[in-house]
Amino acid sequence: MRKHDVVIVGAGLAGLRAALELAGKVDVAVVSKVYPSRSHSGAAQGGVAAAMANESDDSPELHMYDTVKGSDYLGDQDAIEIMTHDAPITITEMEHLGCVFSRDAEGRIAQREFGGHSKPRACYAADRTGHALLHTLYEQSFKYKKDITFYNEWYLLDLIYQDGSARGIVAMDMKTGEIEVIHAKAVLFGTGGYGRAYKITSNAFANTGDGIMAAYRAGLPLEDMEFVQFHPTGLYQQGILMSEAARGEGGYLLNGNMERFMERYAKSRMELAPRDIVSRAEQTEINEGRGAGPRKDYIYIDLRHLGREKILEKLPQIRQLAIDFLGVDCIDNPIPIQPTAHYSMGGIPASKNCEVYSDEKGTIVKGFYAAGECSCISVHGANRLGTNSLLDATVFGRRAGKSILNYVVGAQHEPVNEAEEKRKARKRIDDLLYTPSTESANDIRNELKEMMTTNVGVYRDKERLAAAHKKLKELQQRFTNVRVEDKGKVFNTEVIEALELANMLAYSELIITGAEARTESRGAHARVDYPKRDDANWMKHTMASAGADGSIQLKYKPVVITKHQPEERKY
Amino acid sequence: MAKTKFLVSRYNAARDTKPYLQEFRLEIPKGATLLDCINLIKWTQDGTLTYRMSCRSAICGSCSMKVNGHARLACKTQAADVIVDGAVTIEPMGNSPLIRDLAVDLEPFFNAIDRVKPYLVPDESKQWKRETLQSHDDYRKIEDASTCILCAACWSDCNVLEVDPRFLGPAALAKAQRFVYDSRDNDTHNRIEFLSRVTGMWDCTHCAECATRCPTDAKPLFRIEELRTAAMTHKVTNNNGARHVLAFRETVGGLVPGIGGGTLNENYIPVRSVGFFNLDGILSIIPVGVRMFIRGKNPPILPHFIDKFAEVRAMFRRFNDYRKEHHK
Repeated sequence: MRKHDVVIVGAGLAGLRAALELAGKVDVAVVSKVYPSRSHSGAAQGGVAAAMANESDDSPELHMYDTVKGSDYLGDQDAIEIMTHDAPITITEMEHLGCVFSRDAEGRIAQREFGGHSKPRACYAADRTGHALLHTLYEQSFKYKKDITFYNEWYLLDLIYQDGSARGIVAMDMKTGEIEVIHAKAVLFGTGGYGRAYKITSNAFANTGDGIMAAYRAGLPLEDMEFVQFHPTGLYQQGILMSEAARGEGGYLLNGNMERFMERYAKSRMELAPRDIVSRAEQTEINEGRGAGPRKDYIYIDLRHLGREKILEKLPQIRQLAIDFLGVDCIDNPIPIQPTAHYSMGGIPASKNCEVYSDEKGTIVKGFYAAGECSCISVHGANRLGTNSLLDATVFGRRAGKSILNYVVGAQHEPVNEAEEKRKARKRIDDLLYTPSTESANDIRNELKEMMTTNVGVYRDKERLAAAHKKLKELQQRFTNVRVEDKGKVFNTEVIEALELANMLAYSELIITGAEARTESRGAHARVDYPKRDDANWMKHTMASAGADGSIQLKYKPVVITKHQPEERKY
Repeated sequence: MAKTKFLVSRYNAARDTKPYLQEFRLEIPKGATLLDCINLIKWTQDGTLTYRMSCRSAICGSCSMKVNGHARLACKTQAADVIVDGAVTIEPMGNSPLIRDLAVDLEPFFNAIDRVKPYLVPDESKQWKRETLQSHDDYRKIEDASTCILCAACWSDCNVLEVDPRFLGPAALAKAQRFVYDSRDNDTHNRIEFLSRVTGMWDCTHCAECATRCPTDAKPLFRIEELRTAAMTHKVTNNNGARHVLAFRETVGGLVPGIGGGTLNENYIPVRSVGFFNLDGILSIIPVGVRMFIRGKNPPILPHFIDKFAEVRAMFRRFNDYRKEHHK
């Protein structure tokens, strides 16, 4: 059994930032199913929000208001206040650590406009901001290599949670196939989002909700799972992200008639309205027959008027992506796009100090922390503003580190039954490997993704959700008979993919169940049959947990409102 | 549409003594990337096929592999573009121990990155309350290197690494350039000293494979050239590589009396490169000289000037003026 003071699962922005806070002070380990530089934080493009006030007057208070309004008032305002006030120092620190930011004429960090933000506050590194931040932290991890133990390409199997405390994790070393227990006084999950359940998604193959489902299987609740953000500009049919920075820099959205249709949906902000509004506008255009292309099923983003020079300087990556994947050069032609599943607002409920809650009453789990996309703190509420995710991950990664340091000093390793933990994990894998089986994981996965995009997408209603739920039950049933050909131990990616699919099937049901229950439209959750926000009944967070019989139990907890009373959201 | 032949390298240590190519046939869907195709093979034909992948949008650097002999990102490659005589050959990256099928051990690659001190060393004497200021021009000097995604495609195809595994390799040197040229870094001279040692910047042979295979703007070859420029600017020249470059300049420019000008003095260059007072170094090149003499391949003993040396001298003068103008 391996033993550390702290084990961090996930080596993206949240995990690495926390590790940096702890390095040299306690014995810290980082477990990741990919090498840290492969983490999906690196795929974030447009920017990271902070009221640096480099391009115009700005303040953390204004940033807070924009975020609360953007969240459709479901965000917890105490946490949002912390995030927006911590933002400038957190970004300044990242710059001091060496992050390569684009610069303005005075040599300060350059900032640009982004959807739902009333000021230009997106700090950026061309259109690869996540990459710049992630690599900065990864670089720092070389500096502290003696102080941080990395378990690269180890796959998380289980969280060890007993009697109100987290005690470590069970993971598989992918290179050898060995299952190991990592015993720790504190566990931090920075395991990312769950957008892989959708056919059209900007998410990496790795974003299969392994962390959130390990917490859920251990008996902990998950919060607001029905809130999945659809990004307005995913590359047509691929879902690959075309940064919102393209609109921040002045790009237009056009329908099949080459009209700037956003005028009809958000006259004052146009293309820079929050993502939920823009995605719904696009979907409405497509649904009402005004889409582009032979099947009228996509929208254009038009950058031609920005000119070659600006595109090459500010948006080089998205230009290359559109060339590589669709053969379209945005200097000369508009790019076909469509809404794409992008960000998970829901996740592991946690306090503003990243301590995980075990119920809707706010009981804290000893020694368990969550930060970044896997967590629901909830700073994004029903809809996240662009550039607030990189911020969330860095701010709360940093806070989680500080919070864990406080806890670990004086805490003990609580007992763990290693043999039993390993046996349980082994059994789950052996069941996949050695039960005679016939079902194709590929078919199940494809049917799940197709169904989620069609029925649990931008627009939802009772019938589609019910159909989705029925189909999901069928897929879960078929999965019990899934076939895994690879019986080997070394780098068995087929068995890992099957475990990931099991997670996807389980959390998809949480998304659907939460969405069926929530009979209102708020932020990214848009019900055609309940088109209005219903503050009287639904100004609350969903808390989903497994009942004694394994069925999903929904409970609710109130939203934290401090400074801004809910009002109608107009742009 | 006809099916395309995919010849995929397979290796499972539990079963195979060495890698072999297995043939799969697949109809390439319209617009499919190579990664899409490999996934289809794994998911519909052979679940045991092993490789890495994650973001599928050319930013995570997981899916580099050799395609028809050269490293590329599978997710960034249109499958239809790499069919040669009806087939696509897919093999694991080079210069790396094989784990299984297309998955190689990346530890040597990341260890090389570690050796160049790949993090900013700020000036501790300056306390910045806000961000450090950096001009757009200074940002531009490190922007290209900063786009590296550590995919190791350059490492895979580097010709020097093939003969000398101790070489830092293209990605680590590109990473080093990103700090040597960072206006915020306070360790420039030490970095250049370290990078000038054997296994560093001067060991690159300019084959340009790294820049050709690099899927981003990092293009290590050009970053290595910038490192060499920095070595000259910082006068870190007490090593064979730097002296070799200086020797070229001196003989072509006729900058040292008695060695001629406008042409390479091939007696002068090797001695100058190892260093006039480096007895061991000079002794080590004598046998080569002797063998050349025996085979009649020794260069002319007497130095000479080319006919139009005045023009060469004028070019050198113009270049010096230009340098003074632009590098104050």
